[in-house]
Amino acid sequence: MSTESPARLAVRKTYKLYIGGAFPRSESGRSYQVHSASGAFLANAALGSRKDARDAVKAARAAVGKWSGATAYNRGQVLYRVAEVLEGRHEQFVSEVKAAEGGSRKEAAAQVDAAIDRWVWYAGWSDKIAQIHGGANPVAGPYFNLSAPEPTGVVAVVAPAGSSLLGLVSVIAPAIVTGNTVVVVASTDKPLPAISLTEVLATSDLPGGVVNVLTGKVAEIAPWLASHLDVNAIDLTGVTDDTLAKDLEVAAAENLKRVIRPADPDWNADPGVSRMLALLEIKTVWHPKGV
Amino acid sequence: MSLTAEVARSQGALRTFLHGLPGVDQVGAEQRAAMLGTRSIKTTAKAQALDLAIRMVDLTTLEGSDTPGKVRALCAKAVRPDPADPTCPSAAAICVYPAMISVAAEALRGSGVHLASVATAFPSGQAPLDVKLADTRAAVADGADEIDMVIKRGAFLAGRYAEVHDEIVAVKEACGDAHLKVILETGELATLDNVRRASWLAMLAGADFIKTSTGKIQPAATLPVTLVMLEAVRDFRAATGRIIGVKPAGGIRTAKDAIKYLVMVNETAGPDWLDPDRFRFGASTLLNDLLMQRTKLATGHYAGPDYFTLD
Repeated sequence: MSTESPARLAVRKTYKLYIGGAFPRSESGRSYQVHSASGAFLANAALGSRKDARDAVKAARAAVGKWSGATAYNRGQVLYRVAEVLEGRHEQFVSEVKAAEGGSRKEAAAQVDAAIDRWVWYAGWSDKIAQIHGGANPVAGPYFNLSAPEPTGVVAVVAPAGSSLLGLVSVIAPAIVTGNTVVVVASTDKPLPAISLTEVLATSDLPGGVVNVLTGKVAEIAPWLASHLDVNAIDLTGVTDDTLAKDLEVAAAENLKRVIRPADPDWNADPGVSRMLALLEIKTVWHPKGV
Repeated sequence: MSLTAEVARSQGALRTFLHGLPGVDQVGAEQRAAMLGTRSIKTTAKAQALDLAIRMVDLTTLEGSDTPGKVRALCAKAVRPDPADPTCPSAAAICVYPAMISVAAEALRGSGVHLASVATAFPSGQAPLDVKLADTRAAVADGADEIDMVIKRGAFLAGRYAEVHDEIVAVKEACGDAHLKVILETGELATLDNVRRASWLAMLAGADFIKTSTGKIQPAATLPVTLVMLEAVRDFRAATGRIIGVKPAGGIRTAKDAIKYLVMVNETAGPDWLDPDRFRFGASTLLNDLLMQRTKLATGHYAGPDYFTLD
């Protein structure tokens, strides 16, 4: 009898979508092959359809009340928790980012470090952004006049095509820290770190539906999000095709969505608060001063 | 002697007849309902189904907090569900508590939308018969042309079928020209066998419609329960020639669900029942989803609830 144990069968991960806190396959039943930067086959990812986008918007809308109603302090804690869990999976993300983006292990580790730090940085903003962006306005009368930023609602995000984790984190965190919920279309060629990130989100006290992630073709999914009347803002950061971006902007105009379309951002630079501010609306209230 | 007269002549005859009905295969009914729910209804068929479903909606508000203003708003919505689109059909009826009938009657005058009222101590049905009859007569006198009554589930479950039967007969008489829908409250009947028996009992007693639920008890309408009721009206027509309508109520909230019901109606009772006079949905939130799906088909993009009235 041989003492050597037989080779273990590989246990491969099925990369699925993340909608409403669950991991469904695409409604369409389709999938596509994902390759590494060097061209090797990595995995099959779900090829999301318009109906997946519809379901994701529904889940995101359902989550708005609870998430935007949570205290800023609580949202900050939840986001910090996400960073903690990310840190625990550091090695896994380094491997996935390296496979997706190529380069050395050291470069990939730097990307993961930066992504976790970025997440913590945004988490800290949760109970501070209102003080920077809102405030008391002096008015000519015996009134308090206070402006406070409020979340826009459901935000559709086309994640950066190139930066599979740092770029992704840099578009999700500023949207949700202020109380928005998001439907993210992950990078078509590098979707695996995004799906692994959802496993972190699912185990970090983030309510289901606050972040929903679709994988698939941007040109197929994004038009449905841009024209969806129950989406309040759209972030076109990851749309590389100018014609498509223009079409999406036109479709978004139908219900006056807020549109973010930055010119090729440098993800390693200080992000500033502009992304958070772009997804906030100012509410101003008047209140009579007492005697 | 007709079937109706024959089985209704005594408690014993009713019991023999109802317990002689074939038992329902519950697993089979659930599988059949699930299978019919997988049919794909697209494009023009979907457009027709949505319009038909809108025409079948009994737009319902049965809350202690109902005000005349809310009832008037709901009536306006039933008459013109989508003010932006004149091709959108009206709903079938408004369904309210008796106290709101006069308000609704005023708001619906001349619109062709029916006015249904629940009566007979809705939703429990636990009141003396003369109170129930007075309730019914008052509702008809105020202008309701459809009465939704509840059966006495306690008597039914205790096997006192004649008592339930006679009560339905009495209420039907009190209705006069108004249509009578008999609510079985299937969520309290425990088994599909009981649903089949209660359906037959109501039909034998003269119901014009049999309705699943009050909407106050969970579970309310489900596909298997409605399947059993549709089989009952089909078989009743074969036995007597009379066509009875079916109304699932409660828990039907999406256009997708409504279309599943329509498929089941067509496949079980037949296309004769694909008509607002023979099949209704008791619902409130369903209408908005139907309108959103209708708008999606017309415009090509997804609609949002912000663009439809709250109710």
